[in-house]
Amino acid sequence: MAVTANVIRDIEMAQKREDVPAFRGGDTLRVHVKVIEGGKERIQIFEGVALSRHGAGIRDTVLVRKVTNGVGVERTFLVHSPRLDKIEVMRRGRVRRAKLYYLRNLSGKAARIKEDRNGRFSRERKTDSEAK
Amino acid sequence: MSVKGILGLKVGMTQIFDPEGKVVPVTVVAVEPNVVSQIRTVDNDGYSAAQLAFDDISVYRLNRPEQGHLAKAGVQPKRYLREVEIEAGSTVAVGDEFGPDLFKEGEKLRVTGISKGKGFAGGVKRYHFHGGDQTHGSMVHRKPQSGGATDAARTFKGTRKPGHMGDETVTQTGLRVVQVDTDRHIILIKGAVPGANGGLLLLRKPARAEKVKVRVETVRSSKKK
Repeated sequence: MAVTANVIRDIEMAQKREDVPAFRGGDTLRVHVKVIEGGKERIQIFEGVALSRHGAGIRDTVLVRKVTNGVGVERTFLVHSPRLDKIEVMRRGRVRRAKLYYLRNLSGKAARIKEDRNGRFSRERKTDSEAK
Repeated sequence: MSVKGILGLKVGMTQIFDPEGKVVPVTVVAVEPNVVSQIRTVDNDGYSAAQLAFDDISVYRLNRPEQGHLAKAGVQPKRYLREVEIEAGSTVAVGDEFGPDLFKEGEKLRVTGISKGKGFAGGVKRYHFHGGDQTHGSMVHRKPQSGGATDAARTFKGTRKPGHMGDETVTQTGLRVVQVDTDRHIILIKGAVPGANGGLLLLRKPARAEKVKVRVETVRSSKKK
């Protein structure tokens, strides 16, 4: 075979965004989504706690949860999607799991996450560009 | 100067973002240049076609008759030789090269390959038989059950039974070209194509011309009230 599977890696790498910050489950994110409405494009902000990060490379997704008017809303975003304007990390969370699905059953004070001020829980993290 | 098909190797599947930002599942097909190694003519062979040589290999991988055949055409040693139809009203000469740019982005095509072999498969996998209950004392889980009529005292031809599945030539029609990259010699096709990664694929133009969708305003005879 003259051409190897590296072609696929090249295609995927070429589409990855360089501006994705490092974050993990427990962090509070502000996701700026491009929305087309009535032929016009505008930015919609979805802010909440990242419950899980799933997949790798170009398939990397993040599940963000927020509570609006007492109703829990969860959205999954493709981290490298061109439909996203940007992702901001508002707050680092001090959590001991990668998947925080247990937060769904908690509300109010119980659903709080301590802030990871000294980066103890995020020290090992690397951004995608560094990981290369 | 054109042929109706081209050879390629299945590299694998991935996904890309389209201009709208939607994810499109694509199969990557490597299409290194195909070289015409022989022309079949009606006078000589009774039909018209072009023989394409594809995939460079060492000359030592070919036997003497194969080496001689390609040397006569002045073509470098290639692994595969396949015949494809020639586009009506155009001529193709020995030595002509065709690459991924035979197809345009957005164009429809059909892809032929050898499907993955599944070995000796039962009726449930091979023909989507429902199978029996797993519980409630059922002792029939994936057995084929009735083999057909008993009056005939024989089994009809074509009765669906367990047997060898896969490893057969499969043509997938109605696929669409998403991207053509002439620098890297690759074509991206939306969806899946038959066969394992590394398998030989024949990409061909659709059998029929693509229907041009014309929206016809239908006049309703009477308005219902």
